[in-house]
Amino acid sequence: MRISKIRMKKGHREAVNGIIFTLPFTLGFTFLFLRPFVQAIIFSFHNLQIGSHGYSLDFAGFGNYVNALFVQPEFVRTWVETTAQMLLNVPLILAFSFFSAVMLNQPFRGRTAARVLYFLPVILASGIVLQLEQDNYFIESLRSMEETEQGFISLQTLGVFLMRLRLPAGLLEFIMAAVQRAPVIIRSSGVQILVFLAGLQSIPPSLYEAADVEGGTAWENFWMITLPMLSPLILTNIVYTIVDSLVDPQNELVQLIRKSAFGSAGYGVSTAMSVLYFIGTFAILLIAIAIVSKWVFYHE
Amino acid sequence: MSETSARAAFSRVHRLLTARNLIAAGFALGRLGVLIGVAYTILFPLLAKVSSSFMAEVDIFDKTVNWIPKHFTLNNYRNAIKYMNYPQAFLNSLGLTLGLSLLQLASCSVVGYGLARFFFRGREILFGAVIFTLVVPPQMIMIPLYLNFRYFDFFGLAKSLELNLLGTYWPLVLMGTTAMGVKNGLFVYIMRQYFRGMPRDLEEAAYIDGAGAFRAFFSVMLPGAMPALIVVFLFAFVWQWNDYFFVNIFAGSRELLPNALAELAGRYSRDLSIAGSEYVPRAHRSLLNNAGSLLLIAPLVILYIALQRYFIESVERTGLVG
Repeated sequence: MRISKIRMKKGHREAVNGIIFTLPFTLGFTFLFLRPFVQAIIFSFHNLQIGSHGYSLDFAGFGNYVNALFVQPEFVRTWVETTAQMLLNVPLILAFSFFSAVMLNQPFRGRTAARVLYFLPVILASGIVLQLEQDNYFIESLRSMEETEQGFISLQTLGVFLMRLRLPAGLLEFIMAAVQRAPVIIRSSGVQILVFLAGLQSIPPSLYEAADVEGGTAWENFWMITLPMLSPLILTNIVYTIVDSLVDPQNELVQLIRKSAFGSAGYGVSTAMSVLYFIGTFAILLIAIAIVSKWVFYHE
Repeated sequence: MSETSARAAFSRVHRLLTARNLIAAGFALGRLGVLIGVAYTILFPLLAKVSSSFMAEVDIFDKTVNWIPKHFTLNNYRNAIKYMNYPQAFLNSLGLTLGLSLLQLASCSVVGYGLARFFFRGREILFGAVIFTLVVPPQMIMIPLYLNFRYFDFFGLAKSLELNLLGTYWPLVLMGTTAMGVKNGLFVYIMRQYFRGMPRDLEEAAYIDGAGAFRAFFSVMLPGAMPALIVVFLFAFVWQWNDYFFVNIFAGSRELLPNALAELAGRYSRDLSIAGSEYVPRAHRSLLNNAGSLLLIAPLVILYIALQRYFIESVERTGLVG
């Protein structure tokens, strides 16, 4: 009787402490996230006029959505392109970061320097610097020169070489696209490599020792130990990569949404675009999680 | 050379040429190739910026100039520093970034601890909300948030009061204090994972000594969570320093480095046109922008090289994975 009372009291105090500690987030989430989030959805059904004293809303029904989908010339095309690019990038980034993590986990001279290098893009991913890079005369001309004259991987030569190998057209196109986007892939893999690296180091060595006793080869070890043990992190990285591409200011659709807000299309249409984009990507995220979590292996 | 030593040398070479060593050498070579390719891709834009920031405009159109400028000049830096108002913008940015990242560190660690250690109704929902903030692009809530700060009435609580908070640091400070800053959801997640991994004995000892939850948190848990705190602080600093999106929307009129860099070319050509000169060509603008970009990222590069250990071992240190 008495003990249960004390316990109840303790549980009560614990709950109060928990609520107090999480209060900053609760307030921020309610007022600086949930409220604008709901407002964004409301705005997308209205025409928004901003005056000197606050703003006014005219109900427009699905007008903004119809406008975004059928009137704005670039929206649907950019949306499809951005999504297709993301779907192509995710497996490439995942494969590259997995491969890089396995490589950077081996002992070799200069490993620290290599890690510093791989992670550099995360530090230098400054929004405004990247934005200026797109309009950079010098880098552009240097890049086009490297590609046509003296680049060590000339896309054209590679294409001709692959044609000679008589690869199926689909595969050939995929390889060409992968090579073409190598810089983007490499630059957006930093965090994913770190996550995989940490995962590799958390695999208990006893598993590999046991496999050695049983006579397992490196190849078998990879498929039977490394890959299953890392599979939860593959899910984490898929989610991270999709979200990262979603919020990337370099993302063409994000730029279009921003441009529309301050251009002729107006706030309402711009918000409708971002709601559509969010729903689309959220659906892809859920599908990806549903598919991948089926073969994720949990050690515990 | 005597016969025996020659034979010894021969047998050593022979031993080295086993299949296993050959495979290892092949791997090392392949690794070297990949590393060179990756280094080239990552360093290319950086090196191109460095080399062109020292060039005069004629060098860009000179086909014989690739990487080494023929007309070496410091003019781009001189102009960038002048038109970005660099010393002032640097100090402002440094102060704002330091302050905001410390605020974010404080709010994210407190919230992370609350989610990790105390059980209360709705905790799982709150944690779901943390993840949700990461998944929603900031662009989606940008316009309502902008309007909320433009006509700030304490979120509808004081309708008669309408303050314009744009152009002040208040929006950024409010967001930092409530764990809503740049990628703060990730920091809450990191702190929660770290606190969950810490042994409970520490706090229980503090409780037995009569300390309350807050004393226990500040005197026992925070010092124990130093590795995670360092990592969160560094990432908060770097991402806040790089942030242009929020800084431009809420404090676009302030003299901060990202704003100054965005306006650099415009300010420069405006001054030239006042002086009676014609339009500044694109090539010239990109030289100026390159010098400006390097001035913006230079502090980060120095920070990164000095503290690379913390960045790279970060995920292992914080136990983000386990």
